[in-house]
Amino acid sequence: ASGRDRVSKAKTRRSKRFLQSRQPKLTEDQKSSMIIRGGNTSQTVSQALKDVYALKKPNAVLYKRKNMVRPFDDSTALEFFSKKSDCSLFLFGSHNKKRPNNLIFGRMFDFHVLDMFELGIERFVSLRDVKTDTCPEGTKPLLVFAGELFETDREHQRLRSLLTDFFCGPRVSAVRLAGLEHVLHFTALEGKIYMRSYKVLLKKSGCRTPRIQLQDMGPSFDFVMRRNHMASDDLYKTAHRQPRGVKPKKKKNISHDAFGTRLGRLHMQNSRSPQENKSAYVSLRTEKQN
Amino acid sequence: MWGRKPRCVIRTKMASCSFEDVLAKAERDEAEKLKGITVSKELDLEFDPGNLLAFDKNRIDTREFKDCKREDFLRSLARDNTQLLINEMWKLPTERVEEVIVAKLPDPTTLLPREKPAPKPKPPTKWEQFAKLKGIQKKKKTNLVWDEVHKEWRRRWGYKRAKDDTKEWLIEVPENADPNEDQFNKRNKAKKERVARNEYNRLKNIARAQKIKVPGMGLAPTPRQSKAELAQAVNVAKISTASVGKFQDNLPKEKTPKNTGRKRKFQPLIGDFSSEKQKQLDLLKVMDSKKPRLDVTKAVNKQMREEDMESRHKNKKDFGKKGRRGKMSGKGKGKAGGKGKGPKGKGRKPQMKQGKR
Repeated sequence: ASGRDRVSKAKTRRSKRFLQSRQPKLTEDQKSSMIIRGGNTSQTVSQALKDVYALKKPNAVLYKRKNMVRPFDDSTALEFFSKKSDCSLFLFGSHNKKRPNNLIFGRMFDFHVLDMFELGIERFVSLRDVKTDTCPEGTKPLLVFAGELFETDREHQRLRSLLTDFFCGPRVSAVRLAGLEHVLHFTALEGKIYMRSYKVLLKKSGCRTPRIQLQDMGPSFDFVMRRNHMASDDLYKTAHRQPRGVKPKKKKNISHDAFGTRLGRLHMQNSRSPQENKSAYVSLRTEKQN
Repeated sequence: MWGRKPRCVIRTKMASCSFEDVLAKAERDEAEKLKGITVSKELDLEFDPGNLLAFDKNRIDTREFKDCKREDFLRSLARDNTQLLINEMWKLPTERVEEVIVAKLPDPTTLLPREKPAPKPKPPTKWEQFAKLKGIQKKKKTNLVWDEVHKEWRRRWGYKRAKDDTKEWLIEVPENADPNEDQFNKRNKAKKERVARNEYNRLKNIARAQKIKVPGMGLAPTPRQSKAELAQAVNVAKISTASVGKFQDNLPKEKTPKNTGRKRKFQPLIGDFSSEKQKQLDLLKVMDSKKPRLDVTKAVNKQMREEDMESRHKNKKDFGKKGRRGKMSGKGKGKAGGKGKGPKGKGRKPQMKQGKR
């Protein structure tokens, strides 16, 4: 059904499969992200981009060459890249005097920019500088957000949603308990966001659940919030709309009581009219009298 | 009896003591066990095991953050939160898959926006509508078909297919067909027409699905047509009936166009006698002559066209061998001369025999 709407048909089966993989689907696959280097980058920003790419491999593309793009002024270039590489998440890094060590996290809906958050790096510790063993590529990380700002402030709420979208891995139905090795911890405090990445060590405790010990790993960032571009409420709502096939259909007139028994409900047609009843009543009375 | 009572009393007291002790000890043991994994927090965290997500809403003591070393504070906070999340993960139902213990994740509760809008159901094509109307079901066809000629199983269509009529070296001329007609060429042309019609219908289906307005027959495919083009299309449509438009009513303000038809110019009845005489004599001369007359323009155009065809075929052959050679321009104009209409059909070059197939 995907090839139906194209004026130019796919000539090979391989190209047809490629096009089908890019069509919108009922349940979507994991989002890919593109990590773009801006017009001028400092050493910090370049290393930061490489580290995030290492975290997000293999569902990420790194554009290492300089791209003279200003996302907040004109997002058409980003949208073009997104369309070509079929990525809906992006991370744009740049550096200039006014905004040093700038990272823009963003996501797209239908190849148009949905949300963008500009974060400045105040302190950065790279993967290379921390000399401990890392977890294998592609492990689904545990995500922890701390700080009441993530709940109260609207911008922080949106940022939390964006960061969850960015860093949560593929959607899985089951996870290996011993494989929960990586944790990303975000703390929001006084307008700053501290992102830390730790390796989880499961130690023996008295009972079944292990005791956790954390080991410093991976990139750690101290972010400061700069500009942002949030999607309007109705666009945000449209982006969340799920197609009909996904939600399980609720069965009507079936309920469960406290004991777990399944109760149904029948709707009866009221076949007896009040007049009919009266006549029956009258006949009874006469009978009684008799 | 006196002796016994106190003993009884003492014994029961001791028993009760030890029973309570046992309970207390058990509780203490439990607490000890869970000490390693319990974390006390003011507010409970919000968990989303489907996404491996935890959210801690508790206030962070900024003084504590500034006093002790930042990293240690953050690490201890992270450790506590991760411990709570891991506790939550260990509560999930587990199963053993290939010697590995795996926890089954529930559906994620945090709503994240989609990448692309949900796919819309496609409107049915012309054929699908018809099939639904008639109740025609799609029949699943086998991949391979038995080929009698080659005595083997071959695919239904494509390379080396079962009944390939392009490979036939003999075609019987049907009874009612012209014996001089080229049947092979006829087959090729029919195929090309089928392909073209299929493509046209496919595009029409797409236009219908996307609700793009396509101009009808007789009009250019551009969205803006000129007044003259539209007028011409209207006139053509009007005379496209069985009675050539004789019984078509006019629209309210439409006028029947007069002076339609081929313009013919006739010489006056009584005009130039000498020119009329000359014309009649020329006509007789042509009728008498044995050799047919040569229409030079037509002949030259035909020759040019044939040469172009030949050079094109030759180019196609050399394509694979020598790679692209850039456009080989034919003899200048090529078809630009067109099928020149010379002086009205007085003579024609004898029809050239059809070339090699």
